[in-house]
Amino acid sequence: MSSTEVDPVVSQQTAVEVAHEHEETDNRMFGFIIFLLSESVIFLSFFVGYIVYKTTTLDWLPAGVTGLELREPAINTVVLVSSSFVIYFAERYLHRENLWGFRAFWLLTMAMGSYFLYGQAVEWSSLEFGITDGLFGGTFYLLTGFHGLHVLTGVILQLIMLGRSFIPGNYDNGEFGVAATSLFWHFVDVIWIVLFLLIYIWQ
Amino acid sequence: MTNVLVDETSNNLNQPGEPESWRRFFTFSTDHKVIGIQYIVTAFFFFLVGGIFAMVIRGELITPEADLVDRTVYNAMFTLHGTVMLFLWTFPVLSGLANYLVPLMIGARDMAFPRLNAVAFWMVPVFGIVLMGSFLAPGGPSQAGWWAYPPVSLQNPSGALINGQFLWLLAVALSGVSSIMGAVNIVTTIVRMRAPGMTFFRMPIFVWAVMSAQIIQLFGLPALTAGAVMLLFDLTLGTAFFDPIKGGDPILFQHFFWFYSHPAVYVIILPIFGIFSELFPVYARKPLFGYKVVAISSLVIVALSAVVWVHHMFASGTPGWMRMLFMFSTMLISVPTGIKVFAWVATIWGGKIRLTSAMLFALGGLVMFVFAGITGIMLASAPMDIHVNNTYFVVGHFHYVIFGATVMGVYAALYHWFPKMTGRMYNEGLGQLHFVLTFIGANLNFFPMHPLGLEGMPRRVASYDPEFAFWNVIASIGAFLLGMSTLPFILNMVGSWVQGEKAPDNPWRAIGIEWLVSSPPTHENFEVLPIVVSDPYGYGKSDPLVSNADALEVAHEQH
Repeated sequence: MSSTEVDPVVSQQTAVEVAHEHEETDNRMFGFIIFLLSESVIFLSFFVGYIVYKTTTLDWLPAGVTGLELREPAINTVVLVSSSFVIYFAERYLHRENLWGFRAFWLLTMAMGSYFLYGQAVEWSSLEFGITDGLFGGTFYLLTGFHGLHVLTGVILQLIMLGRSFIPGNYDNGEFGVAATSLFWHFVDVIWIVLFLLIYIWQ
Repeated sequence: MTNVLVDETSNNLNQPGEPESWRRFFTFSTDHKVIGIQYIVTAFFFFLVGGIFAMVIRGELITPEADLVDRTVYNAMFTLHGTVMLFLWTFPVLSGLANYLVPLMIGARDMAFPRLNAVAFWMVPVFGIVLMGSFLAPGGPSQAGWWAYPPVSLQNPSGALINGQFLWLLAVALSGVSSIMGAVNIVTTIVRMRAPGMTFFRMPIFVWAVMSAQIIQLFGLPALTAGAVMLLFDLTLGTAFFDPIKGGDPILFQHFFWFYSHPAVYVIILPIFGIFSELFPVYARKPLFGYKVVAISSLVIVALSAVVWVHHMFASGTPGWMRMLFMFSTMLISVPTGIKVFAWVATIWGGKIRLTSAMLFALGGLVMFVFAGITGIMLASAPMDIHVNNTYFVVGHFHYVIFGATVMGVYAALYHWFPKMTGRMYNEGLGQLHFVLTFIGANLNFFPMHPLGLEGMPRRVASYDPEFAFWNVIASIGAFLLGMSTLPFILNMVGSWVQGEKAPDNPWRAIGIEWLVSSPPTHENFEVLPIVVSDPYGYGKSDPLVSNADALEVAHEQH
């Protein structure tokens, strides 16, 4: 938004160069989107692996395991999916330059993300199978763990962005950090929806 | 942020063309030209390391008996030879060329993310050390081959947690992270940082080829990462993913592995196609034949590369319909490739050919690539592939690609752009000696592998039936010749860089933005960004390439 402001030092350079400098700030979002597309292929590979294992393995569930409890993960899903809307509102507040509104909604997103991680930890500790219990155990912990790592990364990024919102002039060069964190959060959310359908709904 | 960046920029602009100190190559420089050379030199060091491993292998194979090294050492040698040559030589050296040339060719001051660029480079020596460190691990380095197929790769005879296979996986994972960083950077640079007037269809073919190759990295490498993570868990935690004893599926690893590692061949060969497309017009003094078709065919190769991987698995219990499908898609890839070969031949045809070292290597590379292409079509056919599967025929085929085309192409590029990179001319006589030794050595080394494979000699063996001795002796002699061929090259590069004749801006009378600036180009490349006004490869035409050629380097003229 405010990235169109031109530094006095830059104004000595030619018009072409100013356009060039301007482009460089936008490149980060382009690069980040490319990175996310690439990252999604890892999840895609895990999903394909999961589908192959689930459709070809004879004894899918380990002995004594009847299936996965659906209630808590469903609540978790609702919380994570809603947090995607909450972070959208946080961004809206930032656009309107209402910093405290941004911080409130941003913090709420973080709380919801942390609740998701907590719920995941509770679920893990209550399960009677481990990562070495056949392909079911392996893929379950691999997928939820790898996704959980991304949620954790998202919450940490959000924490950094929250801290940086207190630095004066933090948004003079645009809101790349916030926009990228938000995009990452939506990405993590979409991955979870696929994962939830594959692991919990398709039993 | 902006203030800091601009200050740095203006500081650097105050001291362009300052005597280039060699020390900067050992620093965390963010200049794409420094990083490019760092990549190239580091990669070449590992090329020599991988070459020494190859010498050990060929030394063992000069006699039918396993008498030179222990079999476990031999297994480690062929595993590390493949791994080093791919992950520490071809990928980094091509990253280096892309790093050096792409910003100059599209008229940008640097890569889109200079610091990310430096981080990506410095990971190369790190995973190089991790991989070499596996010599110190209990049980020695990985012995599972560069494919790391389970269940062989899961055996872990030493029982230690930190074993050779573990370090191998760690090194490959780090290499993957570094490559993804590089790919994000290069694609962003090409899409977003082109100079005014540099439309996509005015980009040199090398830039097209690099972009295509990096797109493959972006969609392919994550699949290998996924497989590698699962293999690592099998190895360390005891999960069941690929372990047949625990109900796992080792074939699935092969799918993950080849979904990336076959397209990886195009990551390697596409920039080489780009180099050929740059060099032939210069040394034949003719525009590149069929520019647009050559550019588009790179993207066609990218698309097809995603649907051919199962041809590595014809003998892995693959069902008949799948064999048919992948046989067809694999053969299809020879169409865009063939288009390029025809374009190069048509470019050279009737041209005023100058046989410099660079041109010799490019022509030699092209000849060997065509040979590899023919054996490639043979291998694409399932009945033929089943017959020669896992024999030396396959080894011969891919060495014609990876050495014959790729290494020769890299040499061609290094000679061609050496004056630009160093500001010095290389010694032409030594360059031609290097070419003769390399071309003879390579063919002597890799041609005999074809009859050996057809006769049924399996790959990855330390001892063999005495009936195979004749061709093996010839191959080994070729390998030692190839080893020696690097000596005139090293002498030439080091000697010329230290005390070669000063190079002019454009010693080859080539057309391209990189040849409009000084040799070597100053930090940030351009004082004023070039404004591109015509298509590339305007040989025999009088159109200027850029409208402001004289203004590109104001500062350069001052000093």
